[in-house]
Amino acid sequence: MSRRIRTLLLCSWLMGSTAAAADDLNQLMARLRQRQHGHVPYTELFISNALDRPLASSGELFYDAPDRLEKRTNKPKAERMVLEKGQLTFERRHKQYHVALADVPQAAPYIEGIRATLAGDRPALEQVFGIVFESSIDQWTLRLTPLDAHVVAEVATVRIDGSADVIKTVTVQLVNGDRSVTTLGSQLEP
Amino acid sequence: MRRRAASIVTWMLLLVAAGWIVVHAHYTADLSAFLPARPSPAQRALVEELRDGVAARLILIDIDGGDRTQRVQLSQGLATRLRANPAFTSISNGRAASPESDQRFVFNHRYLLSEQVTPGHFSTVGLRSAIADSLDSLASPSGFLARDLLLADPTGETPQVLGQLSAGAGPRSESGVWVSADGSEALLVAQTRAAGGDTNGQEHAVGVIEAEFGRLRASTLPAAAAIRLRTSGPGVFAVRARATIVREAIRLSVLSSLLIASLLLMTYRSLRTLALGLLPVVSGALAGAAAVALGFGVIHGVTLGFGVTLIGESVDYSIYLLIQARRGPAGSAASAWIASYWPTVRLGLLTSICGFASLLPSAFPGLAQLGLYSMAGLLAAAAVTRFVLPALLPVQWAARPLSGLGVRIARGIDRLQGYRQLLWLLPLLAVAVVYAHRDRLWSRDLAALSPVSAADQQLDARLRSSLGAPDVSDLIVISAADAELALRAAEAIGAHLDDLVRAGELAGFDTPARYLPSLALQSQRRAALPTGAVLRDRLRVALAGLPLRATRLEPFVAAVEQARTSPLIEQSALADTSLASGVDALLARRGDRVVALVPLHAPNAGAHPFSIDAARVKAALGPALPGVSIAVLDLKHESDGLYASYQSEAIRMSLLGLGVIVLLLLAVLRSATRVLRVIAPLLLAVLLVSAALLACHQELTILHLIGLLLIVAVGSNYALFFDRRNSPADVDERSTTLASLFIANVATVLGFGVLAFSAVPVLSALGMTVAPGAFAALIFAALMARPVGPHGGRS
Repeated sequence: MSRRIRTLLLCSWLMGSTAAAADDLNQLMARLRQRQHGHVPYTELFISNALDRPLASSGELFYDAPDRLEKRTNKPKAERMVLEKGQLTFERRHKQYHVALADVPQAAPYIEGIRATLAGDRPALEQVFGIVFESSIDQWTLRLTPLDAHVVAEVATVRIDGSADVIKTVTVQLVNGDRSVTTLGSQLEP
Repeated sequence: MRRRAASIVTWMLLLVAAGWIVVHAHYTADLSAFLPARPSPAQRALVEELRDGVAARLILIDIDGGDRTQRVQLSQGLATRLRANPAFTSISNGRAASPESDQRFVFNHRYLLSEQVTPGHFSTVGLRSAIADSLDSLASPSGFLARDLLLADPTGETPQVLGQLSAGAGPRSESGVWVSADGSEALLVAQTRAAGGDTNGQEHAVGVIEAEFGRLRASTLPAAAAIRLRTSGPGVFAVRARATIVREAIRLSVLSSLLIASLLLMTYRSLRTLALGLLPVVSGALAGAAAVALGFGVIHGVTLGFGVTLIGESVDYSIYLLIQARRGPAGSAASAWIASYWPTVRLGLLTSICGFASLLPSAFPGLAQLGLYSMAGLLAAAAVTRFVLPALLPVQWAARPLSGLGVRIARGIDRLQGYRQLLWLLPLLAVAVVYAHRDRLWSRDLAALSPVSAADQQLDARLRSSLGAPDVSDLIVISAADAELALRAAEAIGAHLDDLVRAGELAGFDTPARYLPSLALQSQRRAALPTGAVLRDRLRVALAGLPLRATRLEPFVAAVEQARTSPLIEQSALADTSLASGVDALLARRGDRVVALVPLHAPNAGAHPFSIDAARVKAALGPALPGVSIAVLDLKHESDGLYASYQSEAIRMSLLGLGVIVLLLLAVLRSATRVLRVIAPLLLAVLLVSAALLACHQELTILHLIGLLLIVAVGSNYALFFDRRNSPADVDERSTTLASLFIANVATVLGFGVLAFSAVPVLSALGMTVAPGAFAALIFAALMARPVGPHGGRS
């Protein structure tokens, strides 16, 4: 086999695989779009070079298709973060703070990435992240790279692992080496 | 002949003088027409705030329509252009001068700005609890916002200060621009250089905003874009009120002049007679305005509106002359009229003047001006009728006979008199209606007098709550010799107010001390900071068991060390940050004092939602620092109090006016029966009109009350003419008198009736009361007069 043919073959194989990956991502997105509601427990570990041991927190996530995601932390302190129709609300000790998601690009890795994935909203994901999609038989991984200049300075990557139409873990890797790992549990009664 | 010339020359000279005064007079249309002339200290503070205060200088701007991008673009463009305009001292639209410089400022000065900084906060226990809190926050959903701060600010002072600053409940923002709660409108706040009471300055500012918006829109958006700008605020209201009042005064006086002139033209069938008949009106209007300018130094726009009422009334005198005057056995028709009718007209004039004179001592400047205007106007009109018109009339002149009209009226009255027993039912019916409405007799709201439309007031309330802009509603006004003292007082008050917030009495409050702590408090905070060595020791103990090692916190130790030796924050240091606008809005030099404002926010739940118990606030504040004066303003309470005092004053004035009129009649007529005959139809008309207004769901305001007094003052003229028929009656005279009364009455009803359709509440209240009242007074006076037999003989 001539070298030229080999190169051609390699190219076609590569192209085929990216096309397949793109198809798979679209399939996954379509599949995720089917889900209308979600309610799962989560635990989160924040692992920092500055700290001797990880900081743990836990709570619940609520999702209503396509544009509402609530992160309700119970431990160590009660706090709520709600993303609804592009508006972010933080609530702690009965005090509320509203801000437009567009004004807080730093929030995208922590909430908009999950919201857009759950909603199967590929255009929304691509607006704030570069996407690399990998999948095996029953597992898939989205590697998201922030696009916003402010966010790039802090966040290196966001990795979302899932299987079928559920998200299993979300890992936010910071530029300074710190990272947060959120593990989602199985569906609770609504 | 010489006397005729003398009276004409005198009249013309006076007319020229009055004209000069009126042209050179000062005119105003601000709220002061509705504010007391002799205020209490709290009212004085209120009036100052309304005229010169920061809240009175705010113009709220709302950009509505279009899409979000367009609104954001317009908001930023408008803010940039207005900031460059000298008419404004500040423009806020959400985008801080530079948000990064804000954050850097807060971060750099966190130990002087944070309310948490006390010696206890930096003890071992305090440090441990603050750092543990920060670690918890780090693990919370919003933790990502502060992760890079941990090592330099482990006690969380930066988020604390940012929280303090946002406690003023700022508006929502999108793309760096303030928006309404539903995001459909972009909002801006402009602070004018001109004081709120400077209506010309406010008008200029509003004009600049509208012109800049128009230019910006034309240059950036397609012509078809449906996007508009609305403005609101006390200054804007004053501008609009003045425009409305001026427009109404012109429109209504033109309209009523036209109507009355047509009526008179039909009556006189002579343009010359018509022109002569209007001379007393013009003279009266000029004399009235000149008297107000001389007596008060300034003419309120609303007084000119009231002036319209004078047209319908002052024209009566010339109507009497020009209809009633017939050639007598000796001399001209005019001199015969003077001999026979003038005493009656003069008595009528005196009763009217007594009625209006009772308004003079009013604390409500609008009413006092109305009183003086009408007195001078009526006097002038009557004097011109008595002294100038006869001189201008040709010697051979006589009134066109109107006895035909008079005979028809007389016949109608005679027929109605057959039913006069039924008159007794009217007062019973009216009393029943008034009794049924006894709970809702009086309107208790000063806003009922406000020329600002309900829609404008709603827009203002909505914008204000969206923006969290200070309102002159519930406000603590601190006045001190200098800024430092004012800020210290604001801090002392803030501590008490925090208790009230915790107790649910208040939702919150704003204070300039939040943006700029007093130097005293800053140095206390600076003194609370430990040295580097002490801090390191304490951290070692405090961090035991926490996942953070003291050695990692060297950036924190360095920052505290630096804060211990850095200078305190002066007001000038805020210049490049958005904190400056917070201070500018709430701290201002007024004369040789500095005034700090602490706006209070009412709770939206609890024992008294949406209202603030000013008495409790006052009680909670404790004694003021020496050299500092503190006033708690409660606009609702003050204005209700003001209104109640106006109302009781108006009742007192009306009764006094009625009493004086009765005394005057008693003195002249010297018969209680005759006085009763004159007064009874007037009281009946007053009762009937009150009942009718109440039945039409009109709560009575001060102006209705004044209108009732005017019914008596105006109606007495008619009643006196009927009383006059005690003199030898002849059919012709009776019917001519009736005709003249009828025409005069129609003129009065037209004058006031036009007013009833005014968009200015004070004017329409007066019109809708006096127009029907004057007519009813005439009818009742005719019906209650002694019946006259079919051939004119007395029965």
